[in-house]
Amino acid sequence: MELWIISLILLPFIIAVAQFLIRSDRIRKVLTYGGSGLIMATALTLAVLWYMKGQDTLSLPNANGLLTEAIVPYIGYGMLGVELLLMCVVVWLSVRYKKFLIALLSMAQTGLMCWLELSGKIHESAGVIYLDRLSLLMCLIIAVVGGLICIYALGYMKDYHHHHTEFGDRRPFFFAMLYIFLGAMFGLVLSGSLVWIYFFWEITSIISFLLIGYTKEEQAIKNSFRALWMNLLGGAAFAAAIAYCALTLHSVNLQVLLARPAGKIGIMVFLLAFAALTKSAQIPFSKWLLGAMVAPTPSSALLHSATMVKAGVYLLLRLSPVMGGQVTGVMVQAVGGLTFFIASMIAITHSDGKRVLAWSTVSNLGLITACAGVGTAETVWAGVILLIFHAVSKALLFQTVGAVEHAIGSRNIEDMHGLFRRQPGLASALIIGIAGMFLAPFGMLIAKWEALTSFLNAGGISVLLVILVAFGSATTMVYWTKWLIKLLAVPAGTRREDDHTENSQWMSLGCHMLLMLILCAAYPFFSDGFVTPMLGELGFADAHQLLSLPDRVVMICLLAAVFAIPALARILSKKVHIEQSPLYMSGVNEGDHRHYEDSYGHPKKMYLSNWYLTELFGEQKLYRPVAWATVVVIVVCFILTYGGAF
Amino acid sequence: MIYLYRILSMLAYVLLAPFVGGFLAGLDRKLSARMQGRIGPPLLQPFYDLAKLFKKQVLAVSRYQFMMVASFLTMVIGTGTLFFGGFDLLLVFFVLTTACMFFVLAATVTNSPYAELGAQRELIQMLSYEPMILLTAVGFYMVNGSFRGVDVFYTGTPAIVRLPGVFIGLLFILTIKFRKSPFDLSTSHHAHQELVKGVTTEFSGVLMGMVELSHWYENVFLLGLVALFFVSSAWWSSLLAVGAVLLVWFLEILIDNTSARVKWNHMLYSAWIVTAVCGGGNLLVLEIIRMLF
Repeated sequence: MELWIISLILLPFIIAVAQFLIRSDRIRKVLTYGGSGLIMATALTLAVLWYMKGQDTLSLPNANGLLTEAIVPYIGYGMLGVELLLMCVVVWLSVRYKKFLIALLSMAQTGLMCWLELSGKIHESAGVIYLDRLSLLMCLIIAVVGGLICIYALGYMKDYHHHHTEFGDRRPFFFAMLYIFLGAMFGLVLSGSLVWIYFFWEITSIISFLLIGYTKEEQAIKNSFRALWMNLLGGAAFAAAIAYCALTLHSVNLQVLLARPAGKIGIMVFLLAFAALTKSAQIPFSKWLLGAMVAPTPSSALLHSATMVKAGVYLLLRLSPVMGGQVTGVMVQAVGGLTFFIASMIAITHSDGKRVLAWSTVSNLGLITACAGVGTAETVWAGVILLIFHAVSKALLFQTVGAVEHAIGSRNIEDMHGLFRRQPGLASALIIGIAGMFLAPFGMLIAKWEALTSFLNAGGISVLLVILVAFGSATTMVYWTKWLIKLLAVPAGTRREDDHTENSQWMSLGCHMLLMLILCAAYPFFSDGFVTPMLGELGFADAHQLLSLPDRVVMICLLAAVFAIPALARILSKKVHIEQSPLYMSGVNEGDHRHYEDSYGHPKKMYLSNWYLTELFGEQKLYRPVAWATVVVIVVCFILTYGGAF
Repeated sequence: MIYLYRILSMLAYVLLAPFVGGFLAGLDRKLSARMQGRIGPPLLQPFYDLAKLFKKQVLAVSRYQFMMVASFLTMVIGTGTLFFGGFDLLLVFFVLTTACMFFVLAATVTNSPYAELGAQRELIQMLSYEPMILLTAVGFYMVNGSFRGVDVFYTGTPAIVRLPGVFIGLLFILTIKFRKSPFDLSTSHHAHQELVKGVTTEFSGVLMGMVELSHWYENVFLLGLVALFFVSSAWWSSLLAVGAVLLVWFLEILIDNTSARVKWNHMLYSAWIVTAVCGGGNLLVLEIIRMLF
């Protein structure tokens, strides 16, 4: 098992080096298919081995293993070296683009880590690698969803550079970055030492910065620096948390930290939670994720679904047992709850498909964050289920929008009018993804149901959260339904269009759709057999399933019904003789149901648009006040925690 | 024994709800006519109308319309059946939302300008009433300790005693759900709307009949929700519930006949404010009481 864990972390880095060196499209294809396949196989083997060997948590280094206690300090120095190198890159780029504050921020935190490492304050060899159910689950998500996204990128990037000749073709660099990202994520979720987590954490920050700036456009550069400073701010908080741990607890192991009484470690948990909030793009730090859209679609899909933002909520879920009932927990709940509601309102006002997806990511992460903040077994259960379903359906949606953009030349939802007839395959993928995000029997909704129940059981301040969720559910429903409306509204005479989607893209999309359906059907078993013991490992004593058996049976019947009823009705409608009637257009229908006669007697094309309610829910109107409110919450909670700690 | 009752109640809903719904619709037309100084149609007129609709030739703009409307009807019946079977209220409401989404899609697949506008307004209506619907379920959870509808029969006092704010909030949004003035924005019972018939513009014959039938089913379910506030373990509570339901139905008709349609943003603002103040306030007070004692 040890070998598999180590190879899971190292393998993506090796593939990344190979990707960087290869210039031929042909070999890149082989390498990507092979590399992603290998990563998935490694993760699955690890899971199977773990299952067969008694499903225990594993902490490395242990006696007579590959990774010995003697090696660990050298790895530590190696990491420090890489960190210094990354700092040099950041400083160089920041100075070049005249962002001196960012350079300062980067130097400060790396300096702090240098001092800690070189003064020997964080020399701790025990438990640097830690494997339990949560990290295993994260590994599987990263390997499967992340691996598929890399395959999707093959076809997408080929098309991308075909369309965008104005940007330099830096595909070797791009693919190398994608794989480094996966490697860093594996490292992050498998590390038990805060110093190691911090190392991988910083890598993801800097890689996402480089990915966002891929096109080197002015907008891309601006957005990439925004992402950088927000994530470095989180990184600085993380480094400070490590320093606190090293100086007061004399240990930098996350498990050691979590074993302490919650009242004694308030400030460390606060700093770590703050870092997680920046990474999972909660308001007021959500702007960087929106800006990340300028990057090519595979990197947005990766950032938004399986990696990056999930690193933040992963850390929050780990911290949840020590956040429950603490000031930090209240902060995380408040920020998460507000983000869920406000982001879903803002999503209504956008017509750009990727932007809607981005705001929906922010919103859903808000809900997971809130679940972690409440910090009871039930809320964490809901959070984990949300995390799984969100990763799969959001990856599917992002990739499909990317494919649609290449097929119809736009990613605007208004331009997707009648897509169900024009591009049946891509439209079906979108419909499955959207259904997965909010419809009755699908995963996200089950998780939302759980979240509501568990917030109520937690009581106290969480009742306010329930009210936010009630409003947020309504707004979520509106922006998804609006999208469905556009896909299914087929004007008369719409014809099928050519599908330019590459095979590699279809491969990924198909796997995601299948995965989505399997997850929906398998989730009740999975939740009992896997998630419930996971809660025990995380430190919750009273872990149990919330939904009763009859409810789950009804849910599964409903899942069948949602597919069966429209299908049956469709078959029935073929039996019934339906007379085609003309569209009612106040008597000025030109006869083709698409044009009407205007007051001059000329035919005019009819255009039907969705409502966007911009004057009500506009970003300009809502964002600033809420951002300030969350800043106030964070500052007040910091003062309370800091004051209470000493 | 309780299982038998639950199954019987589900069966009764599926079989009888159309008759109750149709009868209430007839009562509505009669009462409205009297309020306006007319004699009005016979009490059974809605049934005659429905029978006629089902005898008509099937006319449709798009083939998908049939599929969407059939899904809408089935899902609405499913909603009510789960509700009268005493299942989890949240589950019931989620099915209802899915059903309403099919209704919106049934209108928009036609690509008709009037139906599309009506559907967009219908979406705003859903946006307006959804939060209160969810908070109603939450309210029942807070007083009964479970989301299951059947559990009201095990409580000593009717929920209305502890959920007056939630009840007022629900009454407010019921006007939207019943498609009554001042909130009959997406479609109206009266043929004098600027959007022709709004969301139902492109339905005729059997399709229109199915929509009518769904609304009858839906109305009975919604009135059942009203009754849930008054039912307890005591036998007389059922009589109280029936009385309350009839009173609410009368009130809705009265409001319908005495108010003019508002703009959509007024509906959204007012519904959300009422939801937050009455519904949310009620829940917060309950929680504070629970924490103190």
